[in-house]
Amino acid sequence: MKPSSPRTAPALTPLQIALVAAAMGVVGLLIVVPLASVFFEAFAEGPGAWWRALAHDPDTRHAIWLSLTVAPLAVLINTVFGIAAAWLVARFRFPGRSLLISLFDVPFSVSPVVAGLALVLIFGRQGLLGPTLAWLDWKVIFSWPGLVLATTFVTLPLVVRELIPVMEAIGPDEELAAVSLGANGWQVFTRITLPNIRWALLHGIVLANARAMGEFGAVYVVSGHIAGATDTMPLRVEKLFQEYRTPASMAVASVLAGLALVTLIAKVVIERQLEAESIDLLAVRSGTDAPDNEPRNNSPKGSIA
Amino acid sequence: MSIHVRGVSKSFGTFRALDGVSLDVADGTLLALLGPSGSGKTTLLRIIAGLEFPDAGTIEENGTDITDLHVRQREMGFVFQHYALFRHMSVFENIAFGLRVRKAPKQEVETKVNELLHLVRLEGLGGRKPSQLSGGQRQRVALARALAIRPKILLLDEPFGALDAKVRVELRQWLRRLHDEIGMTSVFVTHDQEEAFELADEVVVMNHGKIEQRGTPDDVFDHPATPFVMDFLGNVNVFHGRVENGRAFWHGIPIDCPDYPHAQSRDARVYLRPHELDITVAGTNGASLPNNSLPTNSLPASVLRVTRSGAITRVACRPHGSEAELHVDVPTETAKTLTLQPGTLVSITPRKARVFIPAPEYVI
Repeated sequence: MKPSSPRTAPALTPLQIALVAAAMGVVGLLIVVPLASVFFEAFAEGPGAWWRALAHDPDTRHAIWLSLTVAPLAVLINTVFGIAAAWLVARFRFPGRSLLISLFDVPFSVSPVVAGLALVLIFGRQGLLGPTLAWLDWKVIFSWPGLVLATTFVTLPLVVRELIPVMEAIGPDEELAAVSLGANGWQVFTRITLPNIRWALLHGIVLANARAMGEFGAVYVVSGHIAGATDTMPLRVEKLFQEYRTPASMAVASVLAGLALVTLIAKVVIERQLEAESIDLLAVRSGTDAPDNEPRNNSPKGSIA
Repeated sequence: MSIHVRGVSKSFGTFRALDGVSLDVADGTLLALLGPSGSGKTTLLRIIAGLEFPDAGTIEENGTDITDLHVRQREMGFVFQHYALFRHMSVFENIAFGLRVRKAPKQEVETKVNELLHLVRLEGLGGRKPSQLSGGQRQRVALARALAIRPKILLLDEPFGALDAKVRVELRQWLRRLHDEIGMTSVFVTHDQEEAFELADEVVVMNHGKIEQRGTPDDVFDHPATPFVMDFLGNVNVFHGRVENGRAFWHGIPIDCPDYPHAQSRDARVYLRPHELDITVAGTNGASLPNNSLPTNSLPASVLRVTRSGAITRVACRPHGSEAELHVDVPTETAKTLTLQPGTLVSITPRKARVFIPAPEYVI
């Protein structure tokens, strides 16, 4: 291989070509082909059959509706919790702070099935809160509140983890400036804090939503798997597949996969915005982007009118 | 509005940031809090603003105790060190913020903000984002934003720290005029003595959470109260000597020290400012004048180095019979006529010197 001129991209060595091909191969085999085959299987009998599989089966309809209710609810809870927790951790120093930050990560390291079982142990009929819930006639396990709880648990770190570094990087000065100018807490939050974290927040919400829609393990344990009552989309996919109704199973799977693709696009768009803001952030902090070459008549000379 | 700080202390963990500080700022004064980092000057400013609360002591404004008043209610203008401009808002909205949260009528906001944009010479830049401004422009936006709420007291934390030298000098003069025209009470924090002396009516020098000295710039510069102030206000030559009967001796040259009239000799430190020393050529290498022909209050020395730094030429000398280096600042014009170079024999005469006597030593 002759070294090429510095203007053109250097030619790849055989080793480099082999590595790139291997990477492409792995991604293709593990991600692209399976995903494509889901859509292929789902539409194997035509779009009509796909639509019938989704719309004409009441249990499938209910599963889609349930997923579209449970996931946003869990995301909403995590958004409120995430903002409050990130603000607490980023703005205040208190004993147990680092322990609290580590605890935010527990849902990432605990298997979702274990999380589901833990919820059953607390909210189940024989559980810690079982008698109280029975007395109140509230059903948590084998019902939608259990699904929301389980989904909230597994997606808990996603929003708060996005916000902490951004809030720490921005620092408290803008909020303090707003207070010194007379703003109350709510005005500071809506006019200063929220606009500053909006892209990071949206990023966390998108990730949490994707995770919430696809959650299987924890939801499997707490739902009881009741068709037409507590089956969410992923549970429905599994059940249809077990019943040898592969085309119907693939149709539901294709809806999930389609939502994942939408999430991916949203994520890319938001990440671009985040990147632009972080450059902005650096510029405001260091003051290096715009040189002091203001025109003379703009300089603070002369008397004050 | 006058400010009275009474016996304020503040600790962060084990670090004592302020240690029983009392300070009165008269109405209409432009006061500088000067000191090295960690001296407590910023903490004091933030306590006056209500951004920190003191562990002990009180803050009064025009005789009213405001120690427990929330920063929102104090209505003081505060300019942050890094300006803390609202990054997602335009320059116009930044300045309008204080009026908007007060629910001022739209027309009034418009008029007021345009007035302020004119005042800080940023007409036409109202639509820009902070990231599109230069450092000096951002500084002025921060100032306009603080002035929008018509504060009686303006507090500035290192207002010119992040700017380059030329913009800094311009903005300094501009801020002085602004202060005089608006007629507020202003307090600013700086570690730059030149800035403090040029801008302020009064300078408060701080160190280790305490006030070392307070006075007019001339006062502080000409009569530094403590060795720290002397040291902090620019490079200074320090020599150890003895003091007795109201006189200290530095290489045999007597220096008046009326603070110590006692006969018992004691250790003292002699402080000499480089620009308060006169230098004359006594001869060149090998051809020195006999020592006894020098005036008795001069010191023979030889030049080690000559460094020109703009209008001032810095001369490093070694007094004969000493290992210490002595720095003398000479106007470059004078230095040229003296033709100083390493090895030149010179005679040095202090025009002014200060003697500080360290705290009494323990005697067994």
